[in-house]
Amino acid sequence: MTSYFNEMYQAGGLRAPYRGLEPWAADMPADKRRAKQAEAEALFRRIGITFAVYGEGGDPDRLIPFDMFPRVFTGGEWAKLERGIKQRARALNAFLVDVYARGEIVRAGRIPAELVYKNAAYEKAVVGIIPPKGVYSHIVGVDIVRTGPTDFYVLEDNCRTPSGVSYMLESREMMMRMFPDLFRENRIEPIDSYPDKLRRTLASVAPPKCKGAPTVVILTPGHFNSAYYEHSFLADLMGVELVEGQDLFVDGEFCYMRTTEGPKRVDVIYRRLDDEFLDPLCFNPASMLGVAGLMDVYRSGGVAICSAPGAGVADDKAVYTYVPEMVRFYLGEEPILSNVPTWKCADQDDLNYVSEHLADLVVKEVHGSGGYGMLVGPKSTRAEVEEFRARILANPANYIAQPTLALSTTPTFVDEGIAPRHVDLRPYCLVGEKIELVPGGLTRVALREGSLVVNSSQGGGVKDTWVLVD
Amino acid sequence: MLLSVDHVTHYTYDRPVRGVVQSHRLTPSRFDGQRVVDWGVTVTGGVMGGTFRDGAGDVVQSWTVAGPVTEISVHVKGQVETRDLAGVLKGHRESVPPLAYLRHTAATQPDPAIADLARLYTPNDALGGAHALSAAVSDAIAYAPGATHGATTAAQALALGMGVCQDHAQVLIAAARVAGLPARYVSGYLQANADGAPHEAAHAWAELCVQGFGWIGFDPANRCCPDARYIRLGSGLDATDAAPIRGISRAAGSTGAASENLSVTVAIAAQEQ
Repeated sequence: MTSYFNEMYQAGGLRAPYRGLEPWAADMPADKRRAKQAEAEALFRRIGITFAVYGEGGDPDRLIPFDMFPRVFTGGEWAKLERGIKQRARALNAFLVDVYARGEIVRAGRIPAELVYKNAAYEKAVVGIIPPKGVYSHIVGVDIVRTGPTDFYVLEDNCRTPSGVSYMLESREMMMRMFPDLFRENRIEPIDSYPDKLRRTLASVAPPKCKGAPTVVILTPGHFNSAYYEHSFLADLMGVELVEGQDLFVDGEFCYMRTTEGPKRVDVIYRRLDDEFLDPLCFNPASMLGVAGLMDVYRSGGVAICSAPGAGVADDKAVYTYVPEMVRFYLGEEPILSNVPTWKCADQDDLNYVSEHLADLVVKEVHGSGGYGMLVGPKSTRAEVEEFRARILANPANYIAQPTLALSTTPTFVDEGIAPRHVDLRPYCLVGEKIELVPGGLTRVALREGSLVVNSSQGGGVKDTWVLVD
Repeated sequence: MLLSVDHVTHYTYDRPVRGVVQSHRLTPSRFDGQRVVDWGVTVTGGVMGGTFRDGAGDVVQSWTVAGPVTEISVHVKGQVETRDLAGVLKGHRESVPPLAYLRHTAATQPDPAIADLARLYTPNDALGGAHALSAAVSDAIAYAPGATHGATTAAQALALGMGVCQDHAQVLIAAARVAGLPARYVSGYLQANADGAPHEAAHAWAELCVQGFGWIGFDPANRCCPDARYIRLGSGLDATDAAPIRGISRAAGSTGAASENLSVTVAIAAQEQ
């Protein structure tokens, strides 16, 4: 029987950061809890926040379950996480600039050339491009799990377009509306500056040809996209235009948006669509979602694209295993946050180990996301394990394996009352002229008893995440 | 050899379009085998956009034409002094790592027949192996204009056993990548009339990255390596990626794209020197 770190209750009793929540939780009889839960759901429905987190697809009108029991960090715990995340974001951006320039880290033999340059996400169209301020990934979503009082591991990095930040903001909003007393009684770091910080980050990477105050837009694939709510939510909070590809056009050296007052030059595009669809003249010629000629404007310095095309190579789960090496190589520092030990099935020795211990491991596809195409060994039947083994052996380079982590639990409201459920954390690190993040992130919770999979498509929900002022 | 090029691509639309955007790779590459004497690209009614040299060493230049228009012409005219380097792309400045040219695209996705072809490659004699691959592609595909079209894949062309230079190049690229040789598609011009008279001359071939030599051009359509009769414009993972002109027109209204008609004339001639 694995033991899990319970973030509220330990053998020694109640952990300090949750002290303010104990009386609150005790004063939550079933009828009050159900009434509050119904109130939360009604609010979420009214504002229309009904998308699947992290582009997992599924029913677009389905609500992600919201759990009212907050997840809490001390200021000290957060300070370490914050330093670790910023360090990682700097290293990842240095890596991206490097592999599209001289590739020093490859030349130095610190990461295999094949892994980087043969990677499907390595974009030869941007070789030689150094984006404004040397930033490829402007919003780095770092997925973190906790396994003990001081033990945190990074599960993966999301350098392209990490989603879910609207849930972070809405969960807080919801809690403040429903339980205003909690926010008077506890000293909780605010997170409502996120949209403003995001806008400033985007404005700070305006291209060299932009003179004056930059015009920032959010480029969405459209309302059928599962994260459309988040796109319009962020545009609203930042006070910038939400556009689709058809609203933008290229003329000469610049990109413009159509407005009722005529064309307006666009300087920074926060895009929420993949590289492949950005520009039919550079990538997928059949794409109807992008802007024809955009990549030529970008590559000649007429517009900034966030995240920069090509950033996806840092998201690869095999490249992930080298992030600690990137921290040492580019920053000359020791990594503050640890990686989860990872076996790369592309290596024969690792493959042998994985094959022998399959029933104990978590196996993921290197390009996969959203909890699909993965095996959680201890939670799978023998037949499922064997079926997955065949898939790995057919294409070993497509898989990595990790130990099944003992994810921490936090108290969560369930039908029977309050019970521990496993959680993870995704903070959003903003990288522009400055590197900053608001104190908090999105906590995802596996609502099914015993489940270690927090993805919303697999029965996951979200919680408000508190960082206390120490 | 001094080659002069006069290349006109004329687009006509069945109804006025709101605008046209194009991305061009129409400037001769800079390497020891060719030197531009003079060169110019004009687009009727066009505004020149950003111009830059990309990581593969190609000059990319974009153009936009504001509508409504029913026709546009892209006119390329110039003179290039060329030299025979037996296909070796010597002195070409580029920074894309050759490993990035090992990935397959939809057009070069190998099938068992392409994998069979790739077995002719001999790793212990890389240069000989590359020549053997190219010769095998020449043998496998007969020159037959009209048998294939722009979207024909390498596997389809090989199965058909017929095709044009695009098919020869894509089959060679697909096979080379299976053999572990980085390979790319090259577009350019070929002066093929021995008497130097002007003629149709848009052409395509392949480049393989051969250990010890770097990138070398192979033209399976003509059973040779590019020499002084060739002008190199740009490269890519396949024909689409390396196209000298990639463009799109925006139809007026929202009733779908206007249908486009394309006519191309290329004249290339060797000058008296």
